[in-house]
Amino acid sequence: MSETIATRAAYGQALVSLAQEYPELVVLDADLSGSTMTAGFARAYPNRFYNMGIAEGNMAGVAAGLAACGKKPFYNSFAMFAAGRAWEQVRNSIAYPRLNVKVVGSHGGLSVGEDGATHQCIEDYAIMRAIPGMTVVSPCDGPEMRLAVRALLEYDGPAYMRLGRLAVDSVTDEIPGYRFQLGKGVLLRPGQDVTIAATGMMVQMALQAAEQLQAEGVSARVLDFHTIKPLDEELLLQAARETGAVVTTEEANIVGGLGSAVCECLAERCPVPVVRHGVRDEFGRSGAAKQVLAAYGLDPAHIAQAAKEAIAKKNDNR
Amino acid sequence: MTETLKLTAAKIRLLGLEMVYGAASGHLGGSFSSADILTALYFQVMRIDPRRPDDPNRDRFVLSKGHCTPALYPALALRGYFPQERLKQFRSIDGHLSGHAEMHHVPGVDMSTGSLGQGISAAVGMALAGRADGRPYRVYALLGDGEIEEGQVWEAAMAAAKYRLSNLCAVVDVNGLQIDGRTADVMPSEPLDEKFAAFGWQVLRADGHDFDSLLAAFAAAQQSEGRPAVILARTVKGKGVSFMENNPGWHGKAPNEEQYLQARAELSATLEKLEGSCHE
Repeated sequence: MSETIATRAAYGQALVSLAQEYPELVVLDADLSGSTMTAGFARAYPNRFYNMGIAEGNMAGVAAGLAACGKKPFYNSFAMFAAGRAWEQVRNSIAYPRLNVKVVGSHGGLSVGEDGATHQCIEDYAIMRAIPGMTVVSPCDGPEMRLAVRALLEYDGPAYMRLGRLAVDSVTDEIPGYRFQLGKGVLLRPGQDVTIAATGMMVQMALQAAEQLQAEGVSARVLDFHTIKPLDEELLLQAARETGAVVTTEEANIVGGLGSAVCECLAERCPVPVVRHGVRDEFGRSGAAKQVLAAYGLDPAHIAQAAKEAIAKKNDNR
Repeated sequence: MTETLKLTAAKIRLLGLEMVYGAASGHLGGSFSSADILTALYFQVMRIDPRRPDDPNRDRFVLSKGHCTPALYPALALRGYFPQERLKQFRSIDGHLSGHAEMHHVPGVDMSTGSLGQGISAAVGMALAGRADGRPYRVYALLGDGEIEEGQVWEAAMAAAKYRLSNLCAVVDVNGLQIDGRTADVMPSEPLDEKFAAFGWQVLRADGHDFDSLLAAFAAAQQSEGRPAVILARTVKGKGVSFMENNPGWHGKAPNEEQYLQARAELSATLEKLEGSCHE
């Protein structure tokens, strides 16, 4: 029986379990440590935890100063505030000076649920990706998250990582030969007719969509892009060449995120039909998380539909 | 001793003028108002060694008003961090002497700044790191009195007080002017002393153009216990050049040739006078 755990919970566990091995690791939060799951680290290592209050811009700058003095700060808030509120601080105080700060945005996407649009950050991939030299990471499950935290501790440079609120089924631990490497995608399921490029918890839905498609006689390849930037272009290009049609799926606006990154690469290097699946340039709203996701078409059925559209475009071009 | 500091400050102003005239852009007003503060820090107060710019125990300086590089870069050059000749590359595509303070290409710069309100936060982080690691260094940050209109400054002020950062000393260059005019008109920020005191800081006052006054304030700040210190330094924007003094028009404008020659004549006269008195 595979583990079901929110990526934010796995993240909180990883911080604690890696703290001894990485004495330079320090954690900052902005009055959300219970939700971002840094509270466990705060209890275990109170002298390495800084609660900066509801002041994300300052938190980003303080993290920069800590990094300038050799610390490995991870600063935490909801994605909306970690990436959105503090964007310009991330850009000017962290990324421009190439400081070793990890910006961690919890509760990314629509699956925030009841809190509604003001807290449902669907732009984090886009706005973080637009910053020169910024690494952008979005692990899909608990095991992948734990590996990502270690990889980010090893990586010396600025990075953004999104965490999810909902408990999700683990899938990467069941993939033979799975290996996490920052900046590399992972082939989760082979297929010839279409490629589904997914990130975050859309990876699980992409795998379910591939199952549905299989039942209809369609062979879908599933790629896990836990790193959105730098994008693993070689893995993507090989898939595009071999399947001739690509669907991207993300719990984010289709403007500027994984879908855009994939289109940018393929338009220049291997033009094939692409269908972007995600939030279609509109704000979210309140509701139970699963109902909100369903209302915006973020489910396996819509991914499968998008896959069929991509295949149809491929066939039209022939 | 303060005669030597005055001489250094005069050299900084003259070099800053050459930089901005050469680049045909740059910020002289705030650089001239803060030149004496920077001189006090780099030539008297801070424990630094230009031969070891990465020494983990060195005192740190963050130019939160990051546009005042025509004062910071000459101070660093004169202190020996890099050759004075390099100042000619200021704002030039041929060099890496960026218009705003930049830490990777300019030796001696501890933090890249330029977007107002952010440097003080980095200084808080540096002070936290120093305390966590038991290092003896102190952190200095220079802010403008226009800059403190940024809300982030007060977020940082709260955090510094929460963590009782007695190893942090902020200096506010209170020249009373910002780009669009008097701070009192654009966005009144006084009373600064009461504001910082209410935020839990030790508040010190100084004449920002009097080295005895500045050094006394820095000495008092070092004695601060259990809280950060702020020095409210009264200054004159454009200090040292008659037609620039107290004129907001000289915030970020380069002089034309005529203005440059007059400014150079005034600053050179000051310098020669000081050189004369130093040799007496």
